[in-house]
Amino acid sequence: MDVASLISISRRVRAHILRISAIAKAPHVGSALSCADILVALYFHAARVGPDLADDPQRDIVILSKGHGSAALYSVLAERGYFAAVTLDTYCADGSALPEHPSRECVPGVEVTTGSLGHGLGVGIGMAVAAKLASSSRHVYVVLSDGECNEGSVWEAAMWAPGQRLANVTAIIDFNKFQATGPSTRITALEPLAEKWRSFGWDTTEIDGHDYGQLIHALTSPRREHPRAIVAHTIMGKGVSFMEGDLEWHYRPPSAADLARALEEVARS
Amino acid sequence: MRDAFFDELTRLGEHDSRVMFLTGDLGYKLWDVFAARCPGRFLNMGVSEANMVSVAAGLALSGMRPITYSIVPFATIRCLEQIRNDVCSMRLPVLIVGVGGGYAYGANGPTHHGVDDVAAMRTLSGMTIFCPCDPLETRAALRAVQELDGPCYLRLGRNKEPNLTRPEESFTPGLPNLLRRGQRVALLAVGPIASQALAAAQLLTRRGVDPAVWSVHTVKPIDGLVACMDEHRYEHVFVIEEHGPCGGLAEALAVEWADRVIRPIVTRVAAPDEHLRTVGSQQYMWGLAGIDSQAVFRRVTQRLDHD
Repeated sequence: MDVASLISISRRVRAHILRISAIAKAPHVGSALSCADILVALYFHAARVGPDLADDPQRDIVILSKGHGSAALYSVLAERGYFAAVTLDTYCADGSALPEHPSRECVPGVEVTTGSLGHGLGVGIGMAVAAKLASSSRHVYVVLSDGECNEGSVWEAAMWAPGQRLANVTAIIDFNKFQATGPSTRITALEPLAEKWRSFGWDTTEIDGHDYGQLIHALTSPRREHPRAIVAHTIMGKGVSFMEGDLEWHYRPPSAADLARALEEVARS
Repeated sequence: MRDAFFDELTRLGEHDSRVMFLTGDLGYKLWDVFAARCPGRFLNMGVSEANMVSVAAGLALSGMRPITYSIVPFATIRCLEQIRNDVCSMRLPVLIVGVGGGYAYGANGPTHHGVDDVAAMRTLSGMTIFCPCDPLETRAALRAVQELDGPCYLRLGRNKEPNLTRPEESFTPGLPNLLRRGQRVALLAVGPIASQALAAAQLLTRRGVDPAVWSVHTVKPIDGLVACMDEHRYEHVFVIEEHGPCGGLAEALAVEWADRVIRPIVTRVAAPDEHLRTVGSQQYMWGLAGIDSQAVFRRVTQRLDHD
């Protein structure tokens, strides 16, 4: 899909994220906005996925290991046709199929339960091992957050995978520079982040995580026999000027006034 | 029991290409035959138990039937959240194997003692727990796991456990195995500590007590056990566990019967609620922990005399 179309989809995805976060008074809108483009690039271009492939054992797998970005995942899945967009507005509501952190198969397209950080990479690597054993063409994509890289289990997985020569795994780190209670580069010595992945044996690149040209290139360039890590520099709250780079929007649900302003900005972008 | 496990594992692996074995860098050379006969299905995960379980979950999501393996506390408590979220929450057919239940690694010290694993595993939703008493039950339990479709925990002893059951006896998941007939009093043993229960039973016959001895190889679920016990209508049930006092079978059983008017008196014979820093062989630790045959004999006679 061409970049202009992807950008157009991303506008709709951002509108959904803002609207459902406001309705649900749900937190994490900034975290959802920062990974929106990564997910659009995966579901609409790089990954072999789609509602018609739901039962295809060779389908690619996308795991949102940073499960708190669920508003983005659900919005992208709805736009991709996995379920009716009207369901989105039930996000976090009583009896909803859409919990604030995704449960496996809560709606079609959700492959793995996430929400506790640090699990998705290991699970994804397990799926990649099985795929390689079956000589499947399946590729596994795992989207992590920068704060998530505080979890030791991420590094257990990162240290083990290269030794298995798994070329069918891609980790994308949504490096939006914030975590729950402060800047992610100050809470731990996170930087140099790309260098850490590279030193663990991952074929690592750094990109602008909101630039579709760079996203597509990083996701689709030829593979070597190593797992791939893409450190995607992103902006917390990307797409809404008064949310961008502001830690408060990790938690704060948009009010009706916030929503109106935000939607207007997204439409104009 | 460990050798029986690996032998049975190899047999299963040869018949079912979905079976995979993952170790946290433990069991040196024990998997060689499995790895040779099941190429690509042996994974050394290194000393990374959390990752071992997450990877197992990923394998299970892809249709495989993975088995994880480490010493009891490392296989369970170390990576409890991964078992909870990646395996149990998604209801995946992953078998968690812990070697060295109780004090089988006695001299290695408290970090290696399996005294809280059963309790931890019991709290996890959908988990089936097998604590076989001997090599024969170990093989049967492993075969039983293959017929199940959800998370399982298999607690092994270590080595040189004698067979307490006979090959021709059936193993039914959920139902205890009768090791010795008796009446009025039953000794329910969880795992290889059953040898101590049997020895205690011999001592007790000299006091005019004729206890039944059961191997409770399935510790979760226990509805089958409860129904079986109800049929026998024992007056006294002694639960002998090579495990701390909290959260084990004794507590589980007592709660099941708590609201009944007529019920057996449940007495728990378990290790103390502390890490035993004085160490020794498993036999020595049984004595120290108050769960060897002498201790069982004393607890039963004290209780019956009191009655």
